[in-house]
Amino acid sequence: MPEISSNLKKMNYAAAANAALARALTERAECVLYGEDVAKPGGVFGVTRNLQTMFGERVFDTPISETAMLGAAVGAAMTGLRPIVEIMFIDFSLVAMDQIVNQAANVRYVSAGTLSAPLTIRTQQGVLPGSCAQHAQNLEALYAHIPGLRVGMPATVQDAYSMLLAGIACDDPTLLIEHRGLYFGAEEEIAIDGPIEAVSGARVRREGDDITLLSWSAMVHTALRAAEALAEEGISVEVLDARWIQPFDWETLFASVAKTGRLLILHEANLTGGFGAEVSAKTNEVLFGKLATPVMRMGLPDVRVPAAKHLQEALLPQQEDIVARVKSMVG
Amino acid sequence: MNLVDLKSHLAAMCRIRAFEEKLTEIRKRGTDIFGSIHLYVGQESVAVGALAALKPDDPVFATYRGHGWALACGVPPELIFAEIMGRETGVCKGRGGSAMFSAVQWRFYGENSIVGAGAPMAVGAAMSASFRGTGQVAVAAFGDGAMNQGAVHEAMNFAACKRYGVIFICENNNYSEMTPIAEMVGDENLYKRAAAYGMPGERIDGNDISQVKAAVLHFSEAARAGKGPALIEVMTQRLVGHYWGDMQSYRPKGELRQLAEVEPIARLRRELHEQGVSTEELDSIQASAALEIAEAAERAHQAPLAEASDARSHMYA
Repeated sequence: MPEISSNLKKMNYAAAANAALARALTERAECVLYGEDVAKPGGVFGVTRNLQTMFGERVFDTPISETAMLGAAVGAAMTGLRPIVEIMFIDFSLVAMDQIVNQAANVRYVSAGTLSAPLTIRTQQGVLPGSCAQHAQNLEALYAHIPGLRVGMPATVQDAYSMLLAGIACDDPTLLIEHRGLYFGAEEEIAIDGPIEAVSGARVRREGDDITLLSWSAMVHTALRAAEALAEEGISVEVLDARWIQPFDWETLFASVAKTGRLLILHEANLTGGFGAEVSAKTNEVLFGKLATPVMRMGLPDVRVPAAKHLQEALLPQQEDIVARVKSMVG
Repeated sequence: MNLVDLKSHLAAMCRIRAFEEKLTEIRKRGTDIFGSIHLYVGQESVAVGALAALKPDDPVFATYRGHGWALACGVPPELIFAEIMGRETGVCKGRGGSAMFSAVQWRFYGENSIVGAGAPMAVGAAMSASFRGTGQVAVAAFGDGAMNQGAVHEAMNFAACKRYGVIFICENNNYSEMTPIAEMVGDENLYKRAAAYGMPGERIDGNDISQVKAAVLHFSEAARAGKGPALIEVMTQRLVGHYWGDMQSYRPKGELRQLAEVEPIARLRRELHEQGVSTEELDSIQASAALEIAEAAERAHQAPLAEASDARSHMYA
């Protein structure tokens, strides 16, 4: 078998997701792609642009019926297709919660493995200026709570490509939660056409010794900027990008925290019941004796998300807040 | 329908009736089966008639009142008993139970314990058939109560707008769980809703198995020819409670006695008798169904319990 070699190509996060979809549709005849306004309009953020031209009726628009879209995805996945469904905003997935939680997540276990639901839900979230409280929630913890689902949170252009392909190849129902604020960031050279990864694995985005900063999705970039600022003050921060929160890479996290003795978890979601709470609990269970300080969390306080930019900024942890928190933990 | 077919349908209906009666007996003992069971007693002609019209690989999506649909799909009764008894030999090794098992080997894509949720899944199976070019038609069976669920409305519109081959079979047994459906809708003619979605809708007398078979055959042939979905409102009745233990205080006095006159097994027996089949032969059809079911239940009972050390398995690929 010839070795799969990757090629380097420059693109942004949205284009990377588009390239991943094009590759999946090319390589897998059983893939179909549908959602609201994804075919002719190419998606509200342009992520699915040109795919209908390339793949014809395998890329199609649907009624504004999230329950029918995701219910059909479950039925189609049980019977031989590998559907990829775009849910325009993660907030809209709540309309179809039954099909995700009561249906898709149950298929394999309840059938004792005689059925499976290899479907991918591509969606996006993010607290962004002007987005109202029904378009700005960070809901990853809701889905990470449900056994049977896989949940990915790509932060980088490379991961917008690689993690989406991993999710599509996965035989379990997978949510790929992109971040709206990352779609039109800088172009980066990424490796495409390489081997398809498994659904797992955190990445150390910056090595350091004094404290571990764990994050996922767009907050990884805030964490990296804070780490940069802290380096100038002589504090060495290790930044971990969880990438997948289900399955979560405990091994990489524990190795890092065993080394640094400190853990600060950052997420854009609000704190109570956020996935950071699970990470904190488990780290305490496993590494209690090795911790120099209690595990800390930063995220949105428990409020609804306001639309106004300055109100959002008043609530979301900013770089300087993170710097101050790290100093208080390391000092 | 010819006599041979009618007799075989009577046998299939008697098997379902016997299964549900045996299940009730075991549930009452309280040692092998626990929790709710929702019985198909009185509605047997719907599943048997529908499956008689379908092809062997047409996918079927049913509800928690689905034992009859599974049996009509060909799932062996022993494996269903075993499932409900939590045995290793159960179709889902005890993970589905009475209300949520599937048996894909017999294209039974499962019961569903969320009212109406199977309808969009059946649409997906029809979508899949359309992309894969298999010529299959998917069946979504649900009750009258499900007609008031958003999932069913969405599923019907989605199937109609994409012309997917789905037969929506609404088994109208007059009760939306424990409340008369008439009190929960503005128009009791549920089949009329089909027109709003741009698909055919028809109401039939479900106690006449020939009507069920003919309607499903007609609409499934149309669906296979690319004409899209249809809604069949099958008028039927359950002769028992919503679940075993339901006191049925909501039923008018004498209703069950009246229904016993029109229910499909009694009706088909009368019909066959009028065509010259002896009472002895009819009784023997019923008796051999009961015997088969009793033996299946006993074999299921003898099987080992599902392996507890295995309770975490089958979570992920």
